Amino acid sequence: MPTLIFDQSIPGRRGVTIPASGVPERDLLELLGPELLRQSPPELPEQSELEVVRHYTRLSQLNHSIDTGFYPLGSCTMKYNPKVNEAVARLPGFADLHPYQPAEQVQGALALMYDLQSWLGALTGLPHVCLQPAAGAHGELTGILMIKHYHRHHGNRRTKVLVPDSAHGTNPATAAMAGFEVVTVQSNERGLVSVADLKAHLDDQVAAFMLTNPNTLGLFEEDILAISQAVHEAGALLYYDGANFNAILGAVRPGDMGFDVVHQNLHKTFSTPHGGGGPGSGPVAVSERLAPFLPVPAIVRRPDGSYALDFERPLAIGRMKAFFGNFGVLARAYAYIYAHGHEGLRQVSRDAVLSANYLKARLGDAYEVPFAQSCMHEFVMTSDRQKAQGVNTLSIAKRLIDFGIHPPTIYFPLIVHEAMMVEPTETESKEELDRFVEVMLQIADEVRDTPDLVNSAPHTAPIGRVDEVLAARKPNVRWRKPQTAR
Amino acid sequence: MSFNYLPLTDAQRRDMLSAIGVSGMEDLFAPIPRELRGFELALPSGHSELEVQQQLNRLAAQNRPLSAQRSFVGAGATLRFRPSAVDHVASRSEFSTAYTPYQPEISQGTLQVIYEFQSMIAELTGMDVANASMYDGASAAAEAALMACRITHRHRILVSETVHPEYAEVVRTYASGPEVAVETVPHRDGALDLEAVERLLGQDCAGLLVQVPNVFGCLEAVRAAGQLARKAGALFVVIADPISLALLEAPGAYGADIVVGDGQGLGNPVSFGGPHLGFMATRQEHVRQLPGRICGMSVDTRGKPCFTLTLQAREQHIRREKAASNICSNQALNALVATLYLALVGKTGLVELASVSVQRAHHLADRLVGMAGLELAFPSQRFFNEFVLRADRPADRVLAELADRGILGGVPLSRWYAGSERDLLVTVTETNSPEDLDAYLAALSASRRSSAQERSVEVPATAVDHATV
Amino acid sequence: MNDMNLKFSKSHEYVRIENRLAVIGISQHAADQMGDVVYVELPQIGKAYSKDEEFGVVESVKAVSSLYSPVSGTVSAVNAELLEHPEWVNSDPYGKGWMLKLEMTSPTELDQILSQEQYDAEVSSH
Repeated sequence: MPTLIFDQSIPGRRGVTIPASGVPERDLLELLGPELLRQSPPELPEQSELEVVRHYTRLSQLNHSIDTGFYPLGSCTMKYNPKVNEAVARLPGFADLHPYQPAEQVQGALALMYDLQSWLGALTGLPHVCLQPAAGAHGELTGILMIKHYHRHHGNRRTKVLVPDSAHGTNPATAAMAGFEVVTVQSNERGLVSVADLKAHLDDQVAAFMLTNPNTLGLFEEDILAISQAVHEAGALLYYDGANFNAILGAVRPGDMGFDVVHQNLHKTFSTPHGGGGPGSGPVAVSERLAPFLPVPAIVRRPDGSYALDFERPLAIGRMKAFFGNFGVLARAYAYIYAHGHEGLRQVSRDAVLSANYLKARLGDAYEVPFAQSCMHEFVMTSDRQKAQGVNTLSIAKRLIDFGIHPPTIYFPLIVHEAMMVEPTETESKEELDRFVEVMLQIADEVRDTPDLVNSAPHTAPIGRVDEVLAARKPNVRWRKPQTAR
Repeated sequence: MSFNYLPLTDAQRRDMLSAIGVSGMEDLFAPIPRELRGFELALPSGHSELEVQQQLNRLAAQNRPLSAQRSFVGAGATLRFRPSAVDHVASRSEFSTAYTPYQPEISQGTLQVIYEFQSMIAELTGMDVANASMYDGASAAAEAALMACRITHRHRILVSETVHPEYAEVVRTYASGPEVAVETVPHRDGALDLEAVERLLGQDCAGLLVQVPNVFGCLEAVRAAGQLARKAGALFVVIADPISLALLEAPGAYGADIVVGDGQGLGNPVSFGGPHLGFMATRQEHVRQLPGRICGMSVDTRGKPCFTLTLQAREQHIRREKAASNICSNQALNALVATLYLALVGKTGLVELASVSVQRAHHLADRLVGMAGLELAFPSQRFFNEFVLRADRPADRVLAELADRGILGGVPLSRWYAGSERDLLVTVTETNSPEDLDAYLAALSASRRSSAQERSVEVPATAVDHATV
Repeated sequence: MNDMNLKFSKSHEYVRIENRLAVIGISQHAADQMGDVVYVELPQIGKAYSKDEEFGVVESVKAVSSLYSPVSGTVSAVNAELLEHPEWVNSDPYGKGWMLKLEMTSPTELDQILSQEQYDAEVSSH
């Protein structure tokens, strides 16, 4: 069994000492009352500081991470997380600020947020920005709710949201969560939105079309201007999923393409760490017509140059979370943009696109690449050829682990069989890219010569493949204190 | 031009372009319509790391951190004791720079932390299962409201007026999409009005949301409220402060169906309101309606016990438009912090921390009500470590008197409640030393003396205002 | 093997008649496509469904699929044992893996759905 922190508990041991209250104490039963006073304390661990530190340090060593190895995980933009970002976010002048402090005590924090808003506005071409959403999907929900309120405000009760068949799962999930019916638009043979199918679905019940551009195949939607025109002519709005924004930083702007709302993933494009699943930050940027519907409060600059929170937004959709957003993540993104500047960010997208195309060119002989045109920051290949030799994508992905490389995103997008979606990002050296190519070519050889070796991978990881069926059939999702025999 | 995070050299870029078989980068950007390219980018120029540090230091210096004053500010985000080992371990980049643990073979560290986090939340709340975290307490409350609608197939939610107003607002915003009706149950003397609960609950009500301790710091009659909800077939959703659960009965023990809350106080910095973490726990029978990630124990091919994300068919990447929620990223790193915190503080320490907070809060409240011009707004209610102080003058005036002595005295309730201009929510934790409490009392008694003197020499009211701003 | 007299919907549910009740589950083909079934969500007894209405959900680790009633009727029994033994949907879909029994309101609907032969042809054409 893995040793849980609970298993090591010894009654009476402690990891910290707590000061005495230093005031005359009253009986807790009297203060809190018999109805709510807890009878027995929660079963938390009882451990010394060293034991806790060792337990979690050892656990950390079981993880793959950007700082320990290549992470070509498509759609996730696992770029390097600069350390200066971490240092600045921890400054007491940021970390020890309370959201309800008087505005005059937090002018630096508000200035940071105001500048970040304007920078994201410049990068997206949509000038009105709200930093409140806590993650990409949260930004999506914010944007789609704004669209709902916008149509309602104009006397329309549109019921449908269109999403491409290649969309991230969050798109249909978001639309449904906002009370819309989800309708899927087909891709064409080039992996792009079928404009004809889109037009066939556009009617006066469509509230919005959600699109990622470049799409989840890493392909730029070349017909974007025709798409935008068709969507707007139907009275619908165009939603930009910013998951792939790293491809177009400074190269093209969603606002110029005709999008009405975009969410950003600061934990992808703007280098804030993924944290093993979060926290993220999902600011939304919108056009003039959606601006009145942004969540409250807005951060504004007064004529005297001071910053303030503005709650007077009568059409605002409300709030998406308490307070103002994941500020600590915003501070990191600020540092990232400030370090790169406009010329640096333009180089980011150029190098991301160059690296993806380079890998695609070098791997195109050994693996099938279903869409031949040049890609943006990521590309999709398949193991159709390898599957014919008895090895599927899952096994190839697991074999990569033996070489210290994180598997690509697999079996996504859903429209490509045996898909492997590779996103190297701009922060990997050419030497690392070349090593990845060598490993992928070696695995292709192994599939031909020693398929069992691949099918039984990984061999060097802390554990082998997991019985996920057992986990789902007989869920064991928590520790319980063993019952002592009476 | 070269940048420290971009390792490709110009020579390498040329080599890569020729390997691709194109003549330049513009060929790769060719799918982008030409008329959309080439625009001015209104951003600063790039800066060296030293300049980045200097710029962020400059901005940070324009703020006045809580650590530089005596803070009694809470209401959902509170400066609390953070053991040094928490940040030290949570900063390990094997944790912080990892993605979501979708590949269990190389994510056992993150996965076991989630499993332990879920276990700790389940222990604290007295519930069967917890998820891997939500964005914050407010969005967790909103997700709980929607979950109650899914389970009961009803479309009306009751929210107590004593729930944090920003939480209630998030519930209303989330509910505006699927057009779930949200109604407010008024409070009576700072706590839930049970008669109003009974009146408003009906056969169409999906859930009742109650916070304990509530936004005024008061304890609620949760057992009675839970019984009323159950009788009406509605789910009982409890919003709880996890540290208070060291001393307060586990919501699972008094019939809660869903328990949510914010875990910032569990070792996370206040950080101007985020990132914090939300938590969410429920009964076993509702586990498939729980939003967000869940980690479970299983075995690997060699029979070795291990962890993996499980029950993923609830989630957006599999169920798409039928998912329990659209949530994808959560607050994993903050949940790691909470896990480290609870492991370090432990069974005894959490009780002690909560007790110190309760004792100091009551001591301060007892002394304040002994002073002229001050009283508790809700003297008939029991409270935990926050209470509403009512003054004979505007709360903003009281705050200014305290600010003169370097004290952040609390949150004025006029922020949210009309007619509460004289009310101030005061929060006391283990971080408020007995000296801090004395300073609070001294500042207010000194201001009484000086304003008495001012009145005796007939200083115009405007001058007094000016002096205290 | 059609001694059970199975009929099928295009959405891969089967129905067979047993003591004048419609016994409903998913086809072996559908179960194979899903992979190892881990959970089946079934309705409450007494609930009424019209033909093609969603009555539940079947889950594997990486997929989830809605279940649609091939005929109209009222639920008279559900296979609660599937909660403990979802694997029966894979190992014995037409026997122990049945999901619910309906009292049919329009037995003539049976004439509108696919025979075993028609279903097999439908499946092999994809």
